[in-house]
Amino acid sequence: MKFERYGIGIIKGLSVTIRHLLRHPTVTQFPEQWLNISRRTRGNELIWSREKCTGCATCAKTCPQGAIEIVTATNLPDNKYEVETYRVDTGYCIQCGLCVEACPYDALFMGYSFERAKYRRGDLVQADDELLESPERPASAYFHPEIDEKLPKQTLLIDKIVEKRK
Amino acid sequence: MTIPDLFFHNLPMTAVPPDWPGGYWWHWLFFTVILIGFVLIMIMGATWIERRGLARLQSRLGPNRAGPFGLLQPIADGIKVMLKENIVPDKADKLVHWLAPVITFVPVFLIFAVVPFQDGALLADLNIGILYVVAISSVATVGVFMAGWGSSNKYSLLGAMRNVAAVVSYEIPLVLAVVGVVLMAGSMSLNQIVVGQDIPYILLQPLGFLLFFAAGCAEINRSPFDLMEAEQELVAGFHTEYSGMKFAMFFLVEWGEAIALSALITTLFLSGWRGPLLPPWLWFILKTLVVFFVMVWTRGTLPRVRIDQLMALAWKFLFPLALINLFITAIQILVWPAANQWVLVVINIAIMIILVVLWSKLFFKLGWGRVEV
Repeated sequence: MKFERYGIGIIKGLSVTIRHLLRHPTVTQFPEQWLNISRRTRGNELIWSREKCTGCATCAKTCPQGAIEIVTATNLPDNKYEVETYRVDTGYCIQCGLCVEACPYDALFMGYSFERAKYRRGDLVQADDELLESPERPASAYFHPEIDEKLPKQTLLIDKIVEKRK
Repeated sequence: MTIPDLFFHNLPMTAVPPDWPGGYWWHWLFFTVILIGFVLIMIMGATWIERRGLARLQSRLGPNRAGPFGLLQPIADGIKVMLKENIVPDKADKLVHWLAPVITFVPVFLIFAVVPFQDGALLADLNIGILYVVAISSVATVGVFMAGWGSSNKYSLLGAMRNVAAVVSYEIPLVLAVVGVVLMAGSMSLNQIVVGQDIPYILLQPLGFLLFFAAGCAEINRSPFDLMEAEQELVAGFHTEYSGMKFAMFFLVEWGEAIALSALITTLFLSGWRGPLLPPWLWFILKTLVVFFVMVWTRGTLPRVRIDQLMALAWKFLFPLALINLFITAIQILVWPAANQWVLVVINIAIMIILVVLWSKLFFKLGWGRVEV
């Protein structure tokens, strides 16, 4: 006869909950507190490099959503093949990263930013200069080992969760 | 009387000088106003403790947007609920549907009429105080059943039926547990019970306290016994069809009853307003809040029982133990009336442990009949 089932389970449970009470809550209050995000993820942005792009349109062929539209033209006086428009409907983008993997010239990057919702549908269609890398649109190290080397090793945890009010 | 005197010594027996015109009626008016204010403020505090405390017990934060630490949340909720549309079902029994929240609400206030805040500071020092509390607290059940019946909704009716079944069953161990205290104190007046409590009765009547706490939690539908509003089974139980202020009334009742039970436990088992240094009414409120926190704590810990387990716990566990407790207390009172109280404390705690372990090993297991794997 095992010596159990006389309320010891209740006492164990009570001690678990009181320990929860005495420690920091494990929640993050999102708009005010942010968890560290990895700089190696596929976020909600696509970053395009005008210098590296040759207009081969491999990305447009790879995109499962057909979200990339690329218009090229020959510039005969300069004897060059130029990209006239590079337009991405990010509303269709599923952040699969296939275009980045397919690009033979490493001209495409994912951005690790999120919270990129827009107020109008039209704003989601981004073209040309809107797609370039900038301090607001940092490139992720996804499928780009050369960026990955420069990034520090990071933890995803935040140091301490404290309740903070505006 | 100077201000420090007012805070650090007992107030006189009545709140106004005896030579004031009106006499008793001034006392009545004063305490009625104080009680209504006290109950409403305590309910607001209770909702805050419940939501924040429960959240922290579950490693969450709880409401923290309205005011510092979410202190204004009850007010925000009150405003929201008063602005809501009041929807009455087409086939509802309109009068019963309308009366039910009121009938549930009134007994909560009535209980506080006999609970002493300090020596003699209570609305009416009835010499049958405990009997009055037991009688009046059962009236709330009528309101709950009216709500279930008047809504003409199957979930409401089921919730109300479960409530009636639970309250009728748990009333017996509840009252039997109180009788032990009454025997010890030799009085039914709550004020006399507190005055007689040199050692808190939680030590002299540990088993009685456990029984009273469990049965009381079941009586006022606190989790783990909140089967009558089990969200997963019955939508919201008896108040499914209520909205707006009438719905809020039921929620006020829920926390009002919890506060009333905490106040009763404080008075009966934790020596009420007695305590060193602090003024008595503050001791009373502090103890009440501590008891209420323990109720929140158990709610945050224990899972809800099944309806058959609820009934079995009342009839197979609490009821026999309450009878045995009453028997042992009576023997102690009759045979050793002059026994050393601290010896009785040790004996009674030992008896409690032995009885609880024995009963749960040999006679009753929660969830009996289920094959164990």
